[in-house]
Amino acid sequence: MKGVIGFIYPNEIELHWGLLIVIYPYITGLVAGAFILASLERVFNVKEVQPTYRLALLTALAFLIAAPLPLLAHLGRPERFYEILMTPNVQSAMAMFGFVYAWYLMAVLLLEIWFDYRRDLIIWAQESKGLKKWIYKAIALFSSDVSEQAIQFDKKAVKTITIIGIPSAFLLHGYVGFIFGSVKANPWWSSVLMPIVFLFSAIVSGIALVLIIYMVSTLLRGKELDMPCLDKLASFLFYAMIIDFSLEALDFIQRIYESEESIHILSNLISERLFVSLIIVQLLLGMLVPLFAIASVKMFNLPAELRKYTYLISALLVEVGIFTTRWNIVIGGQLFSKSFRGLTAYKMTVGGIEGLLASSVLLLLPFLILYLLIKILPPWEGEKST
Amino acid sequence: MKEKNNKREFQPGRRNFIKWALLSLPPALLLPGLLSAEERQKIEELIYGKSYNPREHRWGMGIKVDKCIGCGRCVNACKLENNVPEEPFYFRTWVEQFAISSGGEVTVQSPNGGRYGFADHTQEKNIIRSFYVPKLCNQCDKPPCVQVCPVGATFKTDDGVILVDAKYCIGCRYCIQACPYGARFLHPATRVAEKCTFCYHRIVKGLLPACVEACPTQARVFGDSEGKASPLIRFLRMNKIWVLKQYLNTEPKVFYADLDMEVK
Repeated sequence: MKGVIGFIYPNEIELHWGLLIVIYPYITGLVAGAFILASLERVFNVKEVQPTYRLALLTALAFLIAAPLPLLAHLGRPERFYEILMTPNVQSAMAMFGFVYAWYLMAVLLLEIWFDYRRDLIIWAQESKGLKKWIYKAIALFSSDVSEQAIQFDKKAVKTITIIGIPSAFLLHGYVGFIFGSVKANPWWSSVLMPIVFLFSAIVSGIALVLIIYMVSTLLRGKELDMPCLDKLASFLFYAMIIDFSLEALDFIQRIYESEESIHILSNLISERLFVSLIIVQLLLGMLVPLFAIASVKMFNLPAELRKYTYLISALLVEVGIFTTRWNIVIGGQLFSKSFRGLTAYKMTVGGIEGLLASSVLLLLPFLILYLLIKILPPWEGEKST
Repeated sequence: MKEKNNKREFQPGRRNFIKWALLSLPPALLLPGLLSAEERQKIEELIYGKSYNPREHRWGMGIKVDKCIGCGRCVNACKLENNVPEEPFYFRTWVEQFAISSGGEVTVQSPNGGRYGFADHTQEKNIIRSFYVPKLCNQCDKPPCVQVCPVGATFKTDDGVILVDAKYCIGCRYCIQACPYGARFLHPATRVAEKCTFCYHRIVKGLLPACVEACPTQARVFGDSEGKASPLIRFLRMNKIWVLKQYLNTEPKVFYADLDMEVK
């Protein structure tokens, strides 16, 4: 009974959702966030962020491909996972995962990427030789029409898909929030705001991720960063963070003001177990510091070089902050007993499928997928060299 | 007028084909539900045998807190009857010991789930109330665990008992999170969810659950909660009844008499 304070139900000695279930909402959040950033350009005509449009789409795809893996790995009987698709219980929030996922992957992301790249794929197929030619031809599904009319249709299709895609992205991540928010047995999770908080923290993490990937990949390729684009990204990041922060603050104030039965154990949870990850990392380093940093470089209009690195560091801090947000929800929600009389502890292992190493691999995997996607479908167009 | 009447007639063409295909989908999905009563009965007989009709029962348990002496025999009986894993702390049923001091301080303990009894520490402090509370799956009538199970591996039987199909459960553990009572655990060997079944294998044969049979003080009462006369109906009539976490609207079928407000 090491690490237990007070009384917990005997069966609660085991913590059931570990690190894998922390990275699952983290990864799906990045997908939804990156997609919503991409849609800004197409639907809302924010021309400044155009350089990140394709990059954001590919990022969303890379992370979406990796998203089901932590879920699968954490199952007690992973070989039975297909039952979720074959005989889903329609009352279960979790059972909808397969359908929401398939819809998002097939009907939104793949279609949008295909229509957006179709013209380029045909041109690349004409320019390349051998196997590469055939790969591009196959990805273009052997279409060859590059007439003005066809290109116009592609553009229209992309716009339509994006319009469908925004509510779909909301659905994808709002739904993940609902998985937690609908558990009435758990007062730390049970909140009607949960899907919305998840959504906005997803947008925050997605914008920050694309900003990081855009900066790092551009610097690595020795190209010049598009400063208006970066400034715009930072602005959107800032606005999304303000909304996210307000929602979380609202949730917090509501809980304290209502002061229900669970308030004692939840304040114990924060002071005894989550002080560092919630107050220091999530709130201070992951939210207030980046907010302050972005606001000050913009307000005082500091030189581009300084703005650049402030954005990068802020975005990195935001990523750490959102990761700890997921941690505080998933792990935090299991650190107190449902008897409301005690706290338990999470002992993270290094090896094993639920361990640190496996989770790190699953977190790095989307970057590897993204690297491959960028190799096949270069998202850069019309850049200046430094 | 004539045209309007003809509108719903079948017309060939792609649009119509799609329309009719979509319209015929729900009935096709409903087919398994349209088994005749005879066929249903045949399937039930295959599962339950001829002498037991689940629709004639609605099982529940009554627990008289003041009768429990904390001997832990119910916990032991359950472990043995159901092969509940020993390590580290897995229980289908357990007993909690409450001690409330005059200052209002509450101490709750359940060493080994109370299987080997409790140390008497009521003399240590200024204890004003002390009692034992047996706990188990509440077999809720509105079970949150059944609601969240993504594959339908945990389900409510016609006689109101919540069961887990161990050959079907994928081990996602959402049901364990959804249970407000801490009644579920993941079996370390089978890697699927497990919990109290009211000793379903016994009650369908007309026997009592192991914990009820082992209790030396009749603190646990088992039987039908509706319909014909039963020990449980008598229990519900003779006592003032409360259920655990009533505010969650799970409608438990484990009923407590003499329950203290400190029990959660």
